[in-house]
Order: sequence, then structure tokens, then C-alpha cells
Amino acid sequence: MTRVLVTGASGMLGRTLAERLVADGHDVRTLQRGPSRVTGAHDVAGSVTDPGAVRAAVHDREAIVHLAAKVGITGPLAEFEAVNVGGTRLLLDEARAAGVRRFVHVSSPSVAHVGRSLAGAGAGPADPEHARGPYARTKAAAELLALAADDPDVFRVIAVRPHVVWGPGDTQLVGRVVDRARAGRLPVLGQGAALIDTTYVDNAVDALVAALHARASAFGEAYVVTNGEPRPVVELLAGICAASGVPLPRRHVPAALARGAGSVLDVAWRTLPLPGEPPLTRFVAEQLSTAHWFDQRRTREALGWVPRVSLDEGLARLAGWTARQASAPAP
Amino acid sequence: MTAASTPPADVLAAGGIDPRWSRVVQVGSRSWHLLDNGPSLDAGPVGTLLCVHGNPTWSFLWRRLVAAGARSERPWRVIAVDQLEMGFSERTGEQHRLADRVAELGALTDELGLAGPVVTVGHDWGGVVSLGWALDHPDLLAGVVLTNTAVHQGAEDPLPAALRVATAPGVLPVGTVTTPAFLETTLALAHPRLEAPVADAFRAPYRTAERRAGIGGFVADIPAGPDHPSRPELDRIGEGVRSLDVPALLLWGPRDPVFSARYLRDLRARLPHADVHRFEGAGHLVVEDADVAGAVLRWLDARDDPAPTTAPLEPFRALGATLVERAADQGTALIELAGPRSRRVTWAALAARTDQLARGLAASGVRPGDRVALLVPPGADLTAVLYACLRLGAVVVVADAGLGVQGLTRAVRAAEPSVVIGIERALVAARWLRWAPTLVSAGPLRAGVAKALGVSTSLDALAALGRESTVDLPWPDADADAAILFTSGSTGPAKGVAYTHRRLAAMRDVVARTYGIGPDSPLVAAFAPFVLLGPALGATSASPDMDVTAPGTLTARALAEAVRAIDASVVFASPAALRSVVRSADGSELADLAGVRLFLSAGAPVGVDLLEAAAALMPGAEAHTPYGMTEALVVADISLDELRTVGAGDGVCVGRPVPGVRVAVSALDADGEPTGAPAHVAGVTGEVLVGAAHVKERYDGLWLTQQESARDAGWHRTGDVGHLDDDGRLWIEGRLAHVLVTADGVRTPVGLEQRAQGVAGVVSAAVVGVGPRGAQQVVVVVQPEVFSHGPVVAEPELAAAVRGALVGTDVAAVLVVEQLPTDVRHNSKIDRSRVAAWAERVLSGDRARL
Repeated sequence: MTRVLVTGASGMLGRTLAERLVADGHDVRTLQRGPSRVTGAHDVAGSVTDPGAVRAAVHDREAIVHLAAKVGITGPLAEFEAVNVGGTRLLLDEARAAGVRRFVHVSSPSVAHVGRSLAGAGAGPADPEHARGPYARTKAAAELLALAADDPDVFRVIAVRPHVVWGPGDTQLVGRVVDRARAGRLPVLGQGAALIDTTYVDNAVDALVAALHARASAFGEAYVVTNGEPRPVVELLAGICAASGVPLPRRHVPAALARGAGSVLDVAWRTLPLPGEPPLTRFVAEQLSTAHWFDQRRTREALGWVPRVSLDEGLARLAGWTARQASAPAP
Repeated sequence: MTAASTPPADVLAAGGIDPRWSRVVQVGSRSWHLLDNGPSLDAGPVGTLLCVHGNPTWSFLWRRLVAAGARSERPWRVIAVDQLEMGFSERTGEQHRLADRVAELGALTDELGLAGPVVTVGHDWGGVVSLGWALDHPDLLAGVVLTNTAVHQGAEDPLPAALRVATAPGVLPVGTVTTPAFLETTLALAHPRLEAPVADAFRAPYRTAERRAGIGGFVADIPAGPDHPSRPELDRIGEGVRSLDVPALLLWGPRDPVFSARYLRDLRARLPHADVHRFEGAGHLVVEDADVAGAVLRWLDARDDPAPTTAPLEPFRALGATLVERAADQGTALIELAGPRSRRVTWAALAARTDQLARGLAASGVRPGDRVALLVPPGADLTAVLYACLRLGAVVVVADAGLGVQGLTRAVRAAEPSVVIGIERALVAARWLRWAPTLVSAGPLRAGVAKALGVSTSLDALAALGRESTVDLPWPDADADAAILFTSGSTGPAKGVAYTHRRLAAMRDVVARTYGIGPDSPLVAAFAPFVLLGPALGATSASPDMDVTAPGTLTARALAEAVRAIDASVVFASPAALRSVVRSADGSELADLAGVRLFLSAGAPVGVDLLEAAAALMPGAEAHTPYGMTEALVVADISLDELRTVGAGDGVCVGRPVPGVRVAVSALDADGEPTGAPAHVAGVTGEVLVGAAHVKERYDGLWLTQQESARDAGWHRTGDVGHLDDDGRLWIEGRLAHVLVTADGVRTPVGLEQRAQGVAGVVSAAVVGVGPRGAQQVVVVVQPEVFSHGPVVAEPELAAAVRGALVGTDVAAVLVVEQLPTDVRHNSKIDRSRVAAWAERVLSGDRARL
């Protein structure tokens, strides 16, 4: 049994991970602003930017999995910095002071992505200067901070970068796709042929657990985690739509046009008091019209991990979940 | 005057040059900069490579060789100098003549105390200087390596066009010194373009007009005319080279506007023993464009390795021997069916024409060993001139129109023929694309055309000349080159393949032995290589009325008429021709085809369906399909009966090795590389190796390629990938270049393609990999029966069906195209490299056309 702290356990990945750790018999504490709703875990309510909450959360922990982050595709840089960089720094400092031995920093492949298509890429170095968008830039800085804190003798840090995690109840990818498809606003960019690799949530959880227990020589570095099954984006969107019972995307928009439109909307949402997030950002347009898939060999070897749930199995599970949601009585 | 200096650290870093290698050496009153890996060698070197750059580069050009030489096993000390006024060596302000430069280099090596053995390495005009040093230091010299250079400007020769401009009065100082134009032009000759830091490093020592003075001085020292002060030294070196008997290596970038093919030809004539490798696609800056460092070290290593032992030789009977023996035979040797222009040629007539042409060629100056390109369609004319060349000992260069004009030009020019014999269309191309200095017409030319093209003579005139000749014509040596053939180029540019007379004769014997073809088996050949073989086999042959360059023009009727004309018992046809025969048959041909006892189809994989359909037209015949390649024309064979029995498997079953042929497999390792020793283990996939008396002698002008293909003594590496089954049958799974290496292991394309082609609605399929080797994703590109011009990503139903058929292999994407590209020659091998490049772009999110 290990005494573990999971930050950001209110999101899909954090919650699923915390549930798994509880089920595995670990002593699990969580830190997030609201309740984690993880049965068997002890919640500390608070932000990773709040020194008091962080100190209380790290007390007596042996290991930390740090997922808490401000996610999103637009917004003021300062907010991203405060949570993603400031929160990580605070957590690292407090963790070391409290005698924590292992720290799994959850990062994102976007920290090393400077806008070109990625075909079979490895885990390049995080690049806060050139990464695209405030989220990726601040996560890049946070990953550099975390890895710099790795100390072979007392405090081991490992960074895991799951790529596009999805699953039942996911609001980031599945939720957005389904909402837009329902509204008839889900276009396919270009030919929709760009190969995109994703990560089914259970596989990401397995990888984080594996990182927590990884051999000593694996620490101090970053690893990209995916299903290792890239598919043309149109096929992926169609799969998610079919599993979610919403109409398939049919409208094709030229990729260059979409990237241009995304740039315009980026500026509009940055400079005007507009609500929510823009319907399309340049970052998203690039994500959906250029290849994003990775060489998984190093990750699998270092973590001793392989994805257990295939893409098809994941989609089947999503379809089952959709069916159960539909038949469940409305709350 | 500016003394030598070492380059700034960032310049060295741009070339990955260890700062310890860069130093200044004082020789008398002058100071030199040079790169020398001596300080970083762990062990005593095998010898020294003395590298001399040309104009306007500097020792930076040799950085990769300097680094490569410093390897742990069999290291070479590599010294690359900056000539005076060049690079970071001293700016003395003096004009250096060629003789000065040679002497200065000698003084430098004296100062360095260079001991043997030394191999000189030179590029551009540095090649001449290095050879001057070589001639002056015979005691130290162990070899010479030259890259895109020229040792001689015949007084009658104009300068290379690019240099004519550069040396023109008024142009010289402006182009070379006042502006960096000459420097920039040279740097722009790199293929692919130099990366910015590398280009900047080349510019570094030439930032100001003052520092560029040497560039102008170098150009001005090119002996443009007979009275030039450097002419005597150039002549001394040019003539002296002929006496060099040390090993020589010529590495050449053919895309060079300065030193074109004729300079390579000139060097080969002076150094006939030299090994030659042309880096297809590379140009003047071949040292930048290609892995010259790797080639040089490999060549040096090969000097040390013992020569492979050769197999005992079989008794030799020249390919043309039959023709001479039947010189009095009035029976039919060949029939060329071409409607009203049909021809029948007796053995006597063919023998006489061949003899006359051989003598005529000899009388007009063609010598044994001279290369003669034959651009004549298969038929009586080609047969006669081919056997005439073989009789004389001239090396025939046989390139077919199937390579396309570009491919043909590249192929013929690479073979450096001194004579082109061709029909009018070919002569026009030969003239304008400068294929050879002498042109001979194979047929009638339109009025005035001969003069316009500078055509020297015609076959008829040569034959007339030959009739007058009574000279004794000795038979060529069995082990001299006889022919240069070309690969189809389905994986890269077509390669020249050299055959000796002995190997050609062995090829005839293996065909005769395997298929029982001889004087009693008249044959109809609708497949170019075999059209020429009839006279060698002693078999009467007929070519049907068709365009042999377009196999799809053969009809069932034309085939039947050819069979009837000679009462043929054997038929050869390419799969494309056979398909056309089957399509055009109406049943009326059956009677004529009833006597055929054997038909062969080859040149590309032949489907069982096609063989069945053809067999129905020739019910008395056994259907066979040989497997082979330009480098080994018959390797294995399988009959239709056996094909029916073996059924489906991973790849195409090509049967068992024919008598006299050995086949082995060099297993692929986890990286997809064929590193296994030659073996016969059933079920192991690897590169197919062939050993036989009729395997090619070597690749022509491709020393490295030859080394690679012959790296296992006694074997030829075919570049095909496959496995042997429990019964010793060979299965072909694709080309080595098309093997996929995925995270889940190695995959070969053919078996997967066959399974994808089994999906309803799929006409053909290509299986290719995208992404970096080792982490490649499998992509299936299908040509559907009905193409709808819809999205390039297959509809879900089709994608699911294809994935279902390929269970066990994760397929990242299924794409649909209207038409999969195929090779020019056979129109049947899918150009997977092109499909892969296209898929790579499409799946990155780019727009691309296939």
C-alpha cells in the first residue's frame, strides 16, 4: 500500500485514476477545488495555487500524481500560468519538503509540438517558447520545472504525456464532438485523412500507474502515451459519433480556410468580451487537420506498459455507456 | 598578406568538426590551415588520406571523411588541406600556377613528415593537384580517389561551358572576386540544397573581395588554351595518370553542369582499372550530396579483404556459336511477322549478315570492349547486329523504350557507349540528348536527316564494308564484358547490369536445360529478351505481328499466325501480352495453337486465372511461369498444375530453383535488415539470394551497389524478399525496399495485398508504411471496381472489410484511389514507393496527387 495524492481528481482521467488506486488498495487523497466523488478517497478541497491546501494535501504522502491544470484552448495567459506553472512549482516545493519520494507529472504532447504535423514522433523536449497556445506553453514550462526537480537520491520525477484522452463521460473530446455534431456544426477539415492517435482513458490510467511504479532508470524523463492506433481524423470522429448516437460529420471545409478562420476567431475571443470559447481556434484547426501520432516503443519499454483497451473496444464501451445513459431515468 | 588561422568555433560546429582537428601549419614562409584527425586516433592508422578541395570550397568539404576515418577499427588518418589563398590558409597575394600548387602541397606533406601508405582524395581542380602530388610521391602512394574532376583539357576541347563563361575576359574578376557569384553558384549546385549553417560555413573564409582573390586566381589558372602557362603541368599529370597502377576509385555525381559524363569517360580511359560508382541524383558537389565518406572507407576496407573464391568454370561455348555452325543452313532461322513487311530469314542469311556487320564494325574502328548501344526494336535487324557485336567483342548496351525517354537517357549515358545504332526516332534522341559520339542508322532515314543528326553510317553500309573485309576476326575472351542490360527501375533509377560472354552463354544453357528448347522446338517470342535468344538456342523463332514495346497489342489471331508460320511448339509471352491474347480470342485460333506443348509467361507475377485462361487456348501445352530478374534471368519455375496445388500463402509462389541455380534466404532482423547468413530454413522471411553461372557479372559503374549485392561470396542479393516452404518452393513477399517495420514487427506487402484484393469490390491494393522505420503504420491503398471521386479515406464498410481481411495487422488507414501507379516496363508492378510517398503526405493532412 502506498500513500498517494492525486491532484485534479475531478476530471475524467484524475477521477478514474483515483478510483483505480483505491481499488488497488492504496491510501488515496485527492486535491481539487470541488468534491472528487471518488468513493474511498479522502478529498482535500482547494486549489494547487493555495499554499495551505497544498501543504495539507502533501502531508505524509509517499507519491503524487499531478493532474490538476487549467485546460482550455483560449483565455488569458496569466490564468494558465498561475495554475499550471505556479501550481506545479508550489506542489513540487511542498512535496519535497514533506519527504514525498515519487512524483508523476501529467503533461501533454502539445508541450513539444510547434505546429508541424507529427508522424511517429518521439517525446521531444518541452518548448515553452514555441508550443502553441497558452495551455501548451504553460504546461511546457511546468514539465521543465518538474523534470528539473528530479533528484535520483531523494525525489524522483517522471513526466507522462497522454495524447487526447477520451472515454465515457469525457467532456473534452467526446463531449465537444457530440455537442457540435448534434448542432450540425462538426465539419471535417480538409480530406479528414490526417492520422490522429488518441488514448482510451483506461490505458492512460494504466500508464500512470505504471509510471508510479516504474524502475528507477525511467525517471527524469518524459513519455508520450497513446493507444498506438492512429486513424484518419474523419474515421475517428465518425467512430465517436456512431458510438454516441449522433449524426456523422459530412461537411468538408478546406484545412487552410479553417486554420485561417481559427486565427481570426482566436483574436476575436482574445480582444472582445465574448462568452465561452470560440467555435474554432487555429490550434484546434491544426490539431484536426495535421497528423499527430507517436512512436510508442520507448514509452512501452520504459514503463513496462502496453495499452489493454483497443480503439474498437473503447468505442464499444463508449456505445454501451451511451445506451445506459439513454435508458437511465433523467435526474 | 594575411596569415592562416583556424576557423571560428561556430563554423567548425556547423560541420561537427572536432576543434582538435583544425590547426595551422607553418611551411617555410607560408602558413596553411588543415583538418587532421590524427590527434583523436586511438590506434595506429592503416594509412593516410590526403584530401584536396577544389574551387571555391575548402577543407570543410571533407569533414565527414575526416570524422569517419577516426573510427575505432581500421582507422585512417585523414588530412584535408586548405590550399593557399583558399579557405583559412594564408592569403599571400601571389598567383599560384598548377605546378606551384603541386609543389606547395609536396612541401606541406614533407613538413608534416607524411609516411606511407597515402591515398589521395581530390574534388574538382583539387583532383588535378592531388594527382600531381600522387605522381611525385610514388613511394608513398597506395591509391587515388577522385570525385567530379578532370585531368585533361585537350587543346582541341573547349572548356566546360560553365567555366567558359567564368573565364571569359571581363567576367572573371567580377564573377569570382568582386562578387561572390562563383561561390554562390557552386554552392547552389548541391542536391538537395545545403542546409543554411553548412552553406554559411562554406562562405565563411570568403566574406570579402580580398579573401576571394584566390577564387579568381584559381579560375584564371585553368588552362583554357594551348599556350596557357599551366598547360605543360596539366599535360604532365594527364599523361602521367595513365601509368598509375595503384587502386583507383572514381566517385561521380552525374548531375554536374561543369564536369559532365565525358570527363568521367576520359578518366576511365586513363585509369581503366578504376572502380567507379555514380551516385544517381548527385551533382558537382557529390561530396555533399552523397555518402562519399562511407564509400571511400568501404572501398579501402575492400582492398584489405581477400577476393572471394570463384566457382569452377563450366566449359564455354559462345552465344553466337550456333549461328556460325549453321552458316550453310538454308532452313528458317527467324520469321518476323509484320503484315506486308513480314520477313523470313534463313540461318545462312542471318549468319552472313552477322559476320558482315561484325567485320564492318571492326573496319570502321569499333574495337573489342567498345560499347555499342542498340536502340532497335526486336526483330531480324536487332538480332543480326546484336550477334555481330558479340562476335566482334563490342559490348552491347540494350536499353528498352519501356524506361521512358528520361530513364533511357540516364541509362544510356551512364553506360557511356561510343556508338549508338538506332532507328530514326532513337537517333534523334541520341543526337540531342548526347548519348554517344557516333551514330549509326539501323534503317532508312528521311532525306537530309542523316546529315542533320550527324549520322556516320548505316547498317547496310557497314555490311557492305564488312563484305570487303577479309581480316581475321578473333573471338572475344569468355570473361570479357558482352552486354549491359538494365533493370526496370521499379525501386529507383534503372541500374546497368554487366554480363560477360561466359555468363550470357550460361543463361542460354539454363533456358535450354530447363525448358528443353533447341533445334527441334520452334518458338514464338512475344517477350523482348527471348526474341533474341532463338538463334543462340538453335531454335527457329517467330515474332508475332505486334508492337513489342506495347505487349497489349498482341492479339490471339497474331499469336496463332506466328505459331502456324513455324509450327511452333513453344510460346513466350509477357503477362500483359497474354492478357491481351485471352481478351481477343474468339475460338478460331484453337486449331493453330493445338500443337503448342509449352508456354511461358514472365516479367511480372502471373495470376493463376490468367494462366488458366491461356491454357484453355493452348490445351496441349504445359503452362509455366519462370521467376527471374535482369541480374539472373531464370531463377525458379512453377507450372500451372503446381500453382493450383499450392494455393494461397504469404506471397506469390514462384516454384523451385531451376537446375543449376541455388537459392537461399538471408533472414530479416527486427529492424527489417537482411542480416542473416544465407540459409535454407523453411518459413523464415528474408532477402532472396541467388547463385548460378548465369548471374550478372556486376552492376555497371555502381561499385558500391555491386559490393552490397555481392557481399556474400558466391551469391547475388536480389532485393526481393520472400521465404522457402517445406517443399523447397520459393515465395516472393515483395521488394526489400518496400518492407514495413512497425512497432509490432516486420511486415511484407505482397501477402497482405493479396488478402486485401480478396475483398469484394477491390481490384488491386498496395500495402505501404508511413512514418519512421521501426514505428511505421500500415496503410492499405485500394483501387476499387467503382471509383466515386469521393473522400480519399475509404467508407467505413470498405475499411472494415479490408481490416477484417488483414486480421493480425493493425491497419491505420484504408485509402481509395482511382488508379494505382505501375512500372513503365511491365505495367504490372505497383510502384509502392510512389504510393508510400503520396500516402505519407495525405495522412499528414496535406493535399497530394498520386
